[in-house]
Amino acid sequence: MMLFMLLFSRQGKLRLQKWYMAYPDKTKKKITRELVTTILARKPKMCSFLEWKDCKIVYKRYASLYFCCAIEQNDNELLTLEIIHRYVELLDKYFGSVCELDIIFNFEKAYFILDELLIGGEIQETSKKNVLKAIASQDLLQEDEAVEGTLRDIGLL
Amino acid sequence: MAPVRGDGMRGLAVFISDIRNCKSKEAEVKRINKELANIRSKFKGDKTLDGYQKKKYVCKLLFIFLLGHDIDFGHMEAVNLLSSNKYSEKQIGYLFISVLVNTNSDLIRLIIQSIKNDLQSRNPVHVNLALQCIANIGSRDMAESFSNEIPKLLVSGDTMDVVKQSAALCLLRLFRSSPDIIPGGEWTSRIIHLLNDQHMGVVTAATSLIDALVKRNPDEYKGCVNLAVSRLSRIVTASYTDLQDYTYYFVPAPWLSVKLLRLLQNYNPVTEEAGVRARLNETLETILNKAQEPPKSKKVQHSNAKNAVLFEAINLIIHSDSEPNLLVRACNQLGQFLSNRETNLRYLALESMCHLATSEFSHEEVKKHQEVVILSMKMEKDVSVRQMAVDLLYAMCDRGNAEEIVQEMLNYLETADYSIREEMVLKVAILAEKYATDYTWYVDVILNLIRIAGDYVSEEVWYRVIQIVINREEVQGYAAKTVFEALQAPACHENMVKVGGYILGEFGNLIAGDSRSAPLVQFKLLHSKYHLCSPMTRALLLSTYIKFINLFPEIRTNIQEVFRQHSNLRSADAELQQRASEYLQLSIVASTDVLATVLEEMPSFPERESSILAVLKKKKPGRVPENEIRESKSPAPTSITQNNTHVNHSNKLNSNANADLLGLSTPPANNINNLSNNSNSTLIDVLGDIYGNNNAAAVYNTKKFLFKNNGVLFENEMLQIGVKSEFRQNLGRLGLFYGNKTQVPLTNFNPVLQWNAEEGLKLNVQMKAVEPTLEAGAQIQQLLTAECIEDYADAPTIDISFRYNGTQQKFSIKLPLTVNKFFEPTEMNAESFFARWKNLSGEQQRAQKVFKAAQPLDLPGARNKLMGFGMQLLDQVDPNPDNMVCAGIIHTQSQQVGCLLRLEPNKQAQMFRLTIRASKETVTREICDLLSDQF
Repeated sequence: MMLFMLLFSRQGKLRLQKWYMAYPDKTKKKITRELVTTILARKPKMCSFLEWKDCKIVYKRYASLYFCCAIEQNDNELLTLEIIHRYVELLDKYFGSVCELDIIFNFEKAYFILDELLIGGEIQETSKKNVLKAIASQDLLQEDEAVEGTLRDIGLL
Repeated sequence: MAPVRGDGMRGLAVFISDIRNCKSKEAEVKRINKELANIRSKFKGDKTLDGYQKKKYVCKLLFIFLLGHDIDFGHMEAVNLLSSNKYSEKQIGYLFISVLVNTNSDLIRLIIQSIKNDLQSRNPVHVNLALQCIANIGSRDMAESFSNEIPKLLVSGDTMDVVKQSAALCLLRLFRSSPDIIPGGEWTSRIIHLLNDQHMGVVTAATSLIDALVKRNPDEYKGCVNLAVSRLSRIVTASYTDLQDYTYYFVPAPWLSVKLLRLLQNYNPVTEEAGVRARLNETLETILNKAQEPPKSKKVQHSNAKNAVLFEAINLIIHSDSEPNLLVRACNQLGQFLSNRETNLRYLALESMCHLATSEFSHEEVKKHQEVVILSMKMEKDVSVRQMAVDLLYAMCDRGNAEEIVQEMLNYLETADYSIREEMVLKVAILAEKYATDYTWYVDVILNLIRIAGDYVSEEVWYRVIQIVINREEVQGYAAKTVFEALQAPACHENMVKVGGYILGEFGNLIAGDSRSAPLVQFKLLHSKYHLCSPMTRALLLSTYIKFINLFPEIRTNIQEVFRQHSNLRSADAELQQRASEYLQLSIVASTDVLATVLEEMPSFPERESSILAVLKKKKPGRVPENEIRESKSPAPTSITQNNTHVNHSNKLNSNANADLLGLSTPPANNINNLSNNSNSTLIDVLGDIYGNNNAAAVYNTKKFLFKNNGVLFENEMLQIGVKSEFRQNLGRLGLFYGNKTQVPLTNFNPVLQWNAEEGLKLNVQMKAVEPTLEAGAQIQQLLTAECIEDYADAPTIDISFRYNGTQQKFSIKLPLTVNKFFEPTEMNAESFFARWKNLSGEQQRAQKVFKAAQPLDLPGARNKLMGFGMQLLDQVDPNPDNMVCAGIIHTQSQQVGCLLRLEPNKQAQMFRLTIRASKETVTREICDLLSDQF
């Protein structure tokens, strides 16, 4: 089970956080601080896995963003790297070659996409097509509402 | 940046841009405060706020929170959004709640109502939103409110696949906080059969759920094994086009494969059915074969996904530990990875090999890679990989390669990273002790350790070398010579001075014949270090000097001079002053006889444990490196039998360490206590064999003494041990009554306290000596006092040894001295109880266990036990009359630790849930451990 996922920039700014375990806010801040420092200090060719407290950390850097997950001792590290990759692919597909700014300005979308991929720290849907379909049907609902709203505003409904 | 679909929020984008444009932290804070004030006034004053505006402001609050600021309002508005009939507003409401609402918020009731409505929706998008929210919060309230709906959604025929997937994982999340949510009976088979579902996504989600259920109740879900094996087999043999979108970079369904392989690791043996077993082995072989095929893509994703499955398959092979052929193949495969260019693969291969090294079938195979592993330890760029290589060397070490591995580790230690030195020192010390056939080698290794990494050599390590030298006559002369040489070095570590001082004081006479190490030379050499050392070492050296007076009367005057020195006789350090003046007087007044008696050689140490191993385990909780080959479960080993034929005394040592690893306190194989002075090693070994047979008869249950202070602690046909104890604050007094039930005297009767120095700092236990003979039918009493300095885990044991009719007997008995004895019961009412309960909600302050009741569920019995446990049982505090709550304070010298307890029976499931909350993490855990499974 994944315990949490953090996205942060090369400057150490947190861009997204998702906690699958209930930690007190103070602990969350502490964990974040510690991990950001630890990971930023690591060199590029180093191993993507590290032992940390009683769990394992799996991280990977994509352009200016670090994706960092904590998993339990007997979870599969390599496949966690691929969960990260799948998430990046989904963001990329959705935003059209995603960059850090997309995630800053549309953080809520980044959350919605993550919620379709993982629930309670476990992978829910590994098919890229199916996740994108789910997100598309969310967007469709929103667009319908938007159109409806406009029509109402101009008195056509 | 691409335009985003859905409806954007302009105000939000403007705000985010503003923040990004802030030139300084102060400007950012100012901008945020302005926005917060604005939102607050909108939420308070503007009644006409429409859904869109609420959504926008809630979103801004979220963004501010994500920047790291605290948000203390807006929750109500977010909850309002949940009931909006616009999806986009509802969705933002849910997001805010899952990010910002904690589990015990008052708003939960309102949220639950909205979720209920959305679960009823016909639109799967709404249902999923609700399920995601339940999973995100995952509290007990949620579990209670939805324990009906969610299982139904999961197995119902009308549920859409996407909803089933969410429902499975949502149920899993709730199950983790409230295990009783899962219905039993016919549900079991319906849940298991989800493994056969057409939709791969549903199977993937369901497998996670089933894995958790199996862990709780393996027998009930045993049916999943066959289904999992056949599903796995179909995936592995499928071509990558068969599974369409569930193929990931040419690897068919890697996530599902890994989950199924994990699921099977819950059973051992995985299956009893020959057919299923054959199919599984075939599947595992196919996975190993595929690893040899050329890659279908150069992308790292392809190799990662493929190897993820491979590593999980190897985990299953190691877990089963029954197929020599597969184990050897796995080992070869990992061996190839050791020189792969991907750091990640090298790291994982080393890690996996640590496990293979402990299997008797693959141990020899792992050893073939020794050279590469040594290279990894020296050459890897990443310290975590080097560390893993050290772990593997430790795991693969056996009698055959011990000298080489220890030497390589010692070489590397000179340049090793500071972060791993201490652990390496412990490992080298353990290996050297465990595999020493020649104790001169052991002494060399430890002295080298001190020389190379003195700062990292803990007390346990240098205590240990002294114990071993004291106990082994054959090595004493060599040890004296070697420390003497080591001390010649101009800069030598203080730990070396300590070991040198102790050993020369005891055995310096053995090398005094050589003029190069004549008494005066030894003394001058030691004393040249004296002024550079800490008071503790100086004190030790003063003792060495007085021993020298006994050993070498000819240098008495030189030594008395040192005692007389102003800096010693009038030292500001009381310990030094006392030693100097007492030793001086002793050397002046005492006759040679008295001196010889007082300064007699030290008695042998009881050889129970390698305390170093305990230190290593403590350093690495959760990841104890192993260096033990597991016993075979199936066909007799052929390759490693030579491992079992060691020289006698080292074999004993080995079995000791073995017992320690298992956490059992088996008696020492060769205890030389109470034997005549001229200890003869063959005699010891003969006795060692007798010890082995005689301790099975022990009939006693120390756990019941958790709940009472007096009673019969132990009884067999020879001996009865009763105990009476009383406790006040942090002090306790114990009387042990030994009764001889036989018709002959028990001789050499000797109870020895086993409670190491480190533990002694937390619980100080003093034991009065007893007469060595216990007459027929007689009873003797032994008094113990205990002082709790700091909270501690477990309880001390005593090893009792005696001779009965010419045979040596030996038992270990745990003393009823668990930390709960220092409880003071505390009375309080419901209000203050729950107030404290809430205050103690930090991660480290809570511990919880759920366990099956000792049949049948006995509530009055449980109440009685709790009353005896030491806490105050509080009536009319918990609204549920079946629940039991208690409060108490543990008194230690350093602090008082408040502790609350709640025990909730579940009559239907015949289970208990035990929750402990205390202000100190170690106490929380220990109390929970002591009580779990006790009702």
